Amino acid sequence: MKKIGMKKTGMKTLLDGKGVERVLSRLTHEIIEKNKGAGQIVLVGIASGGIPLSQVIRRKIQVIEGVDVPTGFVDISLYRDDLARAGYQVRMKRTEIPFSIDDKKVILVDDVLYTGRTIRSAMDALIDFGRPRNIQLAVLIDRGHRELPIRADFVGRNVPTSRSETVLVRVEGTPEEWTVLLKEDPPGKGE
Amino acid sequence: MLLIKGGRVIDPASGRDEIGHLVLEDGKVREFLTGEAPARFQGKVISAVGKWVVPGLIDMHVHLRDPGYEWKEDISTGTRAAAAGGFTSVACMANTNPVNDSPEVTRHIIEKAHREGYANVFPVAAVTRGLEGKEMADFSELADAGAVAFSDDGKPVENSLLLRRAMEYVRPFGYLILSHAEDSVLAGGGAAHEGWTARKLGIPGIPSVAEEVAIARDILIARQVGGKLHIQHISTRMGVDLLRMARRAGLDVTGETAPQYFTLTDAALEGYDTNAKMNPPLRGEEDRMAILEGIQDGTIDAIACDHAPHEAYVKKCEFAAAANGIIGLQTSLPLSLSLLAGGKVAPARLVELLSAGPARILCLRGKGTLAAGADADVTVIDPEVEWEFGPSDVLSKSMNSPFLGWKMRGRAAATICGGRIRHVTIAGVTADA
Amino acid sequence: MEWHRRNVLGLSDFHPEEMEFVIDTARSMEEVLTRDIKKVPALRGKTVVNLFFEASTRTRTSFEIAGKRLSADVVNFSSGTSSVTKGETLLDTARNIEAMKPNILVVRHSASGAALFLSRHVSCSIINAGDGANEHPTQGLLDLYTILKVKGKIAGLKIAIVGDILHSRVVRSDLHSLGRMGAKLWLCGPAPLVPREMERTGAVVTSDIREAVRGADVIIMLRIQLERQKTAYFPSLREYSRRFGLNRDVFSLAKDDAVIMHPGPINRGVELSDELADCEHSLVLRQVESGVAVRMALLYLLAGGSHVAH
Repeated sequence: MKKIGMKKTGMKTLLDGKGVERVLSRLTHEIIEKNKGAGQIVLVGIASGGIPLSQVIRRKIQVIEGVDVPTGFVDISLYRDDLARAGYQVRMKRTEIPFSIDDKKVILVDDVLYTGRTIRSAMDALIDFGRPRNIQLAVLIDRGHRELPIRADFVGRNVPTSRSETVLVRVEGTPEEWTVLLKEDPPGKGE
Repeated sequence: MLLIKGGRVIDPASGRDEIGHLVLEDGKVREFLTGEAPARFQGKVISAVGKWVVPGLIDMHVHLRDPGYEWKEDISTGTRAAAAGGFTSVACMANTNPVNDSPEVTRHIIEKAHREGYANVFPVAAVTRGLEGKEMADFSELADAGAVAFSDDGKPVENSLLLRRAMEYVRPFGYLILSHAEDSVLAGGGAAHEGWTARKLGIPGIPSVAEEVAIARDILIARQVGGKLHIQHISTRMGVDLLRMARRAGLDVTGETAPQYFTLTDAALEGYDTNAKMNPPLRGEEDRMAILEGIQDGTIDAIACDHAPHEAYVKKCEFAAAANGIIGLQTSLPLSLSLLAGGKVAPARLVELLSAGPARILCLRGKGTLAAGADADVTVIDPEVEWEFGPSDVLSKSMNSPFLGWKMRGRAAATICGGRIRHVTIAGVTADA
Repeated sequence: MEWHRRNVLGLSDFHPEEMEFVIDTARSMEEVLTRDIKKVPALRGKTVVNLFFEASTRTRTSFEIAGKRLSADVVNFSSGTSSVTKGETLLDTARNIEAMKPNILVVRHSASGAALFLSRHVSCSIINAGDGANEHPTQGLLDLYTILKVKGKIAGLKIAIVGDILHSRVVRSDLHSLGRMGAKLWLCGPAPLVPREMERTGAVVTSDIREAVRGADVIIMLRIQLERQKTAYFPSLREYSRRFGLNRDVFSLAKDDAVIMHPGPINRGVELSDELADCEHSLVLRQVESGVAVRMALLYLLAGGSHVAH
């Protein structure tokens, strides 16, 4: 029987501004520890969610190690594997990696790790820019459901989700205002 | 014997416009009766109550494409379309293959029309051999074979001296030259009227002056020679003005226009519609208004549709490559009837333009009138019926018309040629075999 | 905004936001052109056919490079004839190519309306690379992009276009891209080549090059079409160059930071003097750069996007 009426959409706050800040501090320490310092590290944020996060990590490294690591960002629109199937127009963003990545340890930064396809595209883009020593991945949220053999080296929070849920990362405004939300999409929509 | 009863008989040639009954016998009009219709009648009866009964319509500018281009049209299908359009006679142009510049071709056309035609066919033979504009055709032999006039239509006679000599030569015999008035050098290879629309669409333009200069030249040569002249498919304001001026000067010059020129303008070109491509081209609104004025004030003597059938693939292509021309026999009458709206044109004037005028210009005796003794060519018109001109209505072999899908008001209810019913849509009446 | 077009036939119905969207996309593409490896896989596996019925090496090459940078398979088909009487009709040619299942056809033809005509009869996407005297939309967009790069804006600029306005599809597209974005256009050339009707577009029409260039921010010189001179529109090239050529003296009337553009190829010494063609004010080579980026942007937008998924 068809259900009439709308289900309530649940919204749960996973992290508030302070929570995000603490998580990014921990990630920064883990990155520095694993790589034994900030030498040879470069940060590349994945547009657009990863960009402000990479900027915060860059500032924190500066405070902790006194080093300003080169930071850039990459737009993966031109490397997607689902261009014609997207069904929506992907507005292109910028790619800016104004430094050499040859023999560097590239830390890719993204907000949410899900199927892994975005990361695969980002790696393809990076390899067109040069030959890094290694590529490591730092994400704020890992929500599971990988479709490719990709894993993050540095994870802010593991959040098990179902496919009908969405993780919303709001990084507008000042970092104190940033939030991470879990949204339940109402089932039976458009039956 | 045929009785057409109760209709409004409009016959300007004999000054008649009244309700009555027409009796046809042995291919001629026997008499006109008023009062009650004859109770007993030995022959077919057509009720024309609420309809008009007019002398059979005559279109003096038709391309039947026969001989030589029979895939576009032939004498049978062309006259079938003519009869459905209300026409009992058509004058067909000479740009066939072979060109109608020899009595054999003229006779072929006449004989085929007798065998297979649904209307009278009056061939118009060429002015110059092969339409090449270099040597005059044998006018007298062609006239004896049945040609009613001469024209290089499709093309102008470019050589002014040749035109003068031809007009001078035929003058004592009373032959008429129909002129396709175009200065093709000035036309400059254009494909549409040189105006804002063509500029916007990037289509090379044919300026009005290409027609105006040619009409002026033709009229002045006619004046020099003292002969008669007929200007075909007038499309420009100045063209109408020149014709009016010629008439006021007492010259024996007549002129025709086609329904597309008082119905459409170059706005019809939008989207590069090749069904709007013709020569002369559809012009601007000022020209369309001037044509209407010329029709109203008597300057224009005839409406002739320039029926120009073309197969689909020469129209289904880029605009510059598309052939010129549209079919028109089945839409000429309905579009002309729209002139009645707002009292612009009176019914009798319309009959003049579509029948009496062409008959007079081409000297077709017994045609264009319903006086006793005239040929039994009659068109019964329903001026009110609303209908839509769709692809399934087209009787021509070709479909190149910009009017497909148009809602029309009025059409021929019956077309009687030589006393035989060649087309009829009145319930209870059948066409003659 | 969402990209919905299946074809790019002309700019006459492009909203300013659409033009900006394409320019924005072109900017991202331009970044690819600065890399060492100038290739991205966005159009991998897609086929682009350059269907050129009118000779043009530069535009065709530009589209070819654009397609290849996006990893598309680019195929060139050139044909000299276009009319129905000689050989295959335009429609037949296009249908034959379509049967080989290309994703995008880039079409150049000498008849106005040819691209629109084809779009009604084939189902793959079509980019108009120039149809008769009608439009050349990619040129209109790359001219807009080039000026934006250098001047930062379009609105309020005085832009003079000098040459054979009558036969120029570049002018028509520029009228849409530059005029609609707020520039004031001056159209200048010999009177038989500058139809009065063009004033209806809001442009100023003149045969006085000094007036056209005076205070101009941008001067676009058009190639004078030698090939078209069946019956002359002006007496001779010498006379043309005297009246309508851009040289130092005339150019000095323009603004100090004025720029010179030309869709190419240049008739040096006729419409543009040798030294001006290469001077620091000339943006001709930047136009070529912008051209590849704009064409990459359009190929990308037509190959992906909502119209394809639906």
